[in-house]
Amino acid sequence: MEGVLNQLPIGLSIGAVLLLIALGLTFTFGQMGVVNMAHGEFIMAGAYTAYLLQGVGFLIALPAAFVVAGLMGLVLERTLIRRFYGRPLDTLLLTWGVSLMLQQLARDLFGAPNVQVASPAWLRGGVGILPYNRLFIMALAAASVLAIWAYMNRTGQGRRMRAVMQNRRLAATSGIDTGRVDQRTFFIGSGLAGVAGVALTLIGPVGPTLGTYYIVDAFLVVVAGGLGQLRGAVLAAAGLGLLNSYAEFWSDASLAKVVVFVAIIGFLQVRPQGLFFVRSRALT
Amino acid sequence: MTEALLEIRSLEVAFGGFRALDGVDLTVGRGELRFLIGPNGAGKTTLIDVITGLTRPTGGSVRFEGHDLLGRREHEIVRLGVGRTFQTSVVFEELTVLENLDLAASFRRPLWSLLRRRRGVSEEVTAALETTGLASLAGSKAGVLSHGQRQWLEIGMLIVQRPRLLLLDEPVAGMSSGERERTGELLTEVARDHTVIVVEHDMDFLRRYASQVTVLHEGRVLTEGSVEQVRADPRVQEIYLGRAREGAEDAVR
Amino acid sequence: MTAPAVSVRRWQGPAAFAAVFSAVAVLALVAAPLLLEPFRLGLLAKYLCYAIVALGIGLAWGQGGMLTLGQGVFFGLGGYAMGMYLKLNDAAGDLPDFMVWSGVEKLPALWKPFGNPVFALAMVVVLPVAVALLLGTLVFRQRVRGAYFAILTQALAAALVILLVGQQGLTGGTNGLTNFFDFFGRDVAADETQRGLYLLVAIVLGALYLGARQLVRSRFGRLLLAVRDGEDRVRFLGYDPATVKTLTFAVSAGMAGIAGALFVPVVGIISPALLGVVPSLELVVAVAVGGRFALAGAVLGAVVMGYARTYFSEELPDAWLYLQGALFVLVMTLAPSGIAGLAANLVRRREART
Repeated sequence: MEGVLNQLPIGLSIGAVLLLIALGLTFTFGQMGVVNMAHGEFIMAGAYTAYLLQGVGFLIALPAAFVVAGLMGLVLERTLIRRFYGRPLDTLLLTWGVSLMLQQLARDLFGAPNVQVASPAWLRGGVGILPYNRLFIMALAAASVLAIWAYMNRTGQGRRMRAVMQNRRLAATSGIDTGRVDQRTFFIGSGLAGVAGVALTLIGPVGPTLGTYYIVDAFLVVVAGGLGQLRGAVLAAAGLGLLNSYAEFWSDASLAKVVVFVAIIGFLQVRPQGLFFVRSRALT
Repeated sequence: MTEALLEIRSLEVAFGGFRALDGVDLTVGRGELRFLIGPNGAGKTTLIDVITGLTRPTGGSVRFEGHDLLGRREHEIVRLGVGRTFQTSVVFEELTVLENLDLAASFRRPLWSLLRRRRGVSEEVTAALETTGLASLAGSKAGVLSHGQRQWLEIGMLIVQRPRLLLLDEPVAGMSSGERERTGELLTEVARDHTVIVVEHDMDFLRRYASQVTVLHEGRVLTEGSVEQVRADPRVQEIYLGRAREGAEDAVR
Repeated sequence: MTAPAVSVRRWQGPAAFAAVFSAVAVLALVAAPLLLEPFRLGLLAKYLCYAIVALGIGLAWGQGGMLTLGQGVFFGLGGYAMGMYLKLNDAAGDLPDFMVWSGVEKLPALWKPFGNPVFALAMVVVLPVAVALLLGTLVFRQRVRGAYFAILTQALAAALVILLVGQQGLTGGTNGLTNFFDFFGRDVAADETQRGLYLLVAIVLGALYLGARQLVRSRFGRLLLAVRDGEDRVRFLGYDPATVKTLTFAVSAGMAGIAGALFVPVVGIISPALLGVVPSLELVVAVAVGGRFALAGAVLGAVVMGYARTYFSEELPDAWLYLQGALFVLVMTLAPSGIAGLAANLVRRREART
């Protein structure tokens, strides 16, 4: 019984990390039709930022990683992705090329072996079955979601972002500078991946291929949650995190991913467009 | 009185809280050319979407030649003999005009027979090329066609499928007057041996080609009758002209 | 305006195709075995195996618009089916060597039927096709498509790799299946056998290419293009796009399965590292580089990228990932229809000038 309960914080914290990663994916996918495979390398960049800032203070690493990863995303958007709007499959392959280069860059800068980031002392230990590091990750994700929600619903920038997401052409003709909105979305989405990278340093080592372990699952969150949907992403991420950890617990680690895959396919039989979606009459 | 081909009873469609169709009854007889008009948001396209399986209604029934259409998938409805066009015409740009028509004409062939290459051109495809006036463009990719030609190709693709009911959604929207004329002729020709429902905004077009008209308003059938009857109906004048007047007053204010 | 179109058609006519195809066939079947030393011929055989997978990707993605990032799964199913037979054949009634090492005492039930060569060879095609049919039916019927489909196929590849690695006793884990000796009565490592295998791979590729070409040029091929460009419109022509896509996906899976089975005796190993997310994506990249809209482009891309990878990882191992990534970015940005697209443009331009 204790084992079952122990899986709960593990599953939820993995879900929280997936959520941080998936938020950026779902917005860039929903708003711009961009499938960004290099998103995983933004996670890695965030994690290495935390590695470099060890000793400076963990809480400084968070905003720093946000900015580093966000700027990387911004550069990617401005230089390459901008030319590929409306061609999601091509962006997928394009960004994979970028992802390869970033992984090699990390290898050249930090070496191929994994490195360990020392957790701050105040995150060691825990209460009962709840380790502080996992609690912190959940709190971090919750705070990020709240911030994103407030940004989207309470600020002019956020409203413009939602407008572009729902109808790009109409938004453009209403005088919204969609290019700027895209840049901001990309910055924020990529930045969140950086934050996720910092969170991951609390539960494991950092390596050049860190992102590749999470990107596939994060995309599955987008598929299951529905496009550009905050609440869908939250539920899907929590569900997927829990499903992952419990499937590992009850079967074994090698079967867990197969179980998750089958579950997603099964879920799509009931909700083919994900948990939440916007009804549209358009024939796409 | 002609025999009913399409019978729609108390059809309801809701998008969230918005009732797009609110109890529509409509009967279309075999061989009729029926025009469906109404202001924006009246539910015309929604009605066509429901008949062709694109939108699921919240209530009511749609019967076509004794078959219940509700709950069937789009291609199954087409196979029963209901064809449609869309407001923005969609033809396959990478295929030639001929290939577009041939593909449309082959839909009843068993799938395995499609594995053979096309040899020659079937009679119905040749006929459709003539009817639509696209014979000289048969070998061109559909991507190079003008807006009007695309609409005709779409209508041609419908004809070769020999549907028992054709639904045309705003076939002359965005067309030049020459193209309208040509489309009107095509329509009259098609209507000779098909049952056709046309959604149209264009009043001139309506006056020239319509016989029976159904007016939809706010998700309900407002009235039905000949063009003259409908035009004389004060309620129809109210929704078309009354709105215009309000708009004018708004502008003055 | 019409003149160049006619002359391009002359270039692409049946006679020209027959000429080019025969020339390539002579080059591949006669010249290559005579001129290449065994090691290089083995490499070419390996690239041609990848070309078979690429052909399937060209069909599914280029013609059908289904970006499949999980062809490694089908390649792996075919490869493991072949590998299991070869292992059992070599063990001659005993347990395969790796099972002994990982402490397995009794042959797992899953393995038993693979001792029969007919069953194993059938499974090379049946397994991938069955998985593709099942996945395609479930996914395409629900109108899950585009990037969603790509992501799901990628997730499947990731899941399969983890499964294979984890089930050490059943699959050989990370090492996969290797150390084969006997291939249908011949020493699999002998130059003679390898030359024969090379010819077999080349002939299979040629035959599958012709088959795929016929498919593309048939009415079904037109329908497939129509589904790619306007799936929803196809529904209103009375066709079910899900069926068209599922069948095409299954064909491409079958091709990958055959390629995997041929790969095993040619290279001597099948392991998770050969069929995960990265190798699957690399083949898609190769198809994009070669030209996804032409079947020949897909084949060409797989061979060119195979050579590039070997050359650069021998000469400039550190730079290969940068080069591969950069090449990919360049192709997607500057020449989205790849080498085949560039060549077609060149021919068209030359024809236009004369």
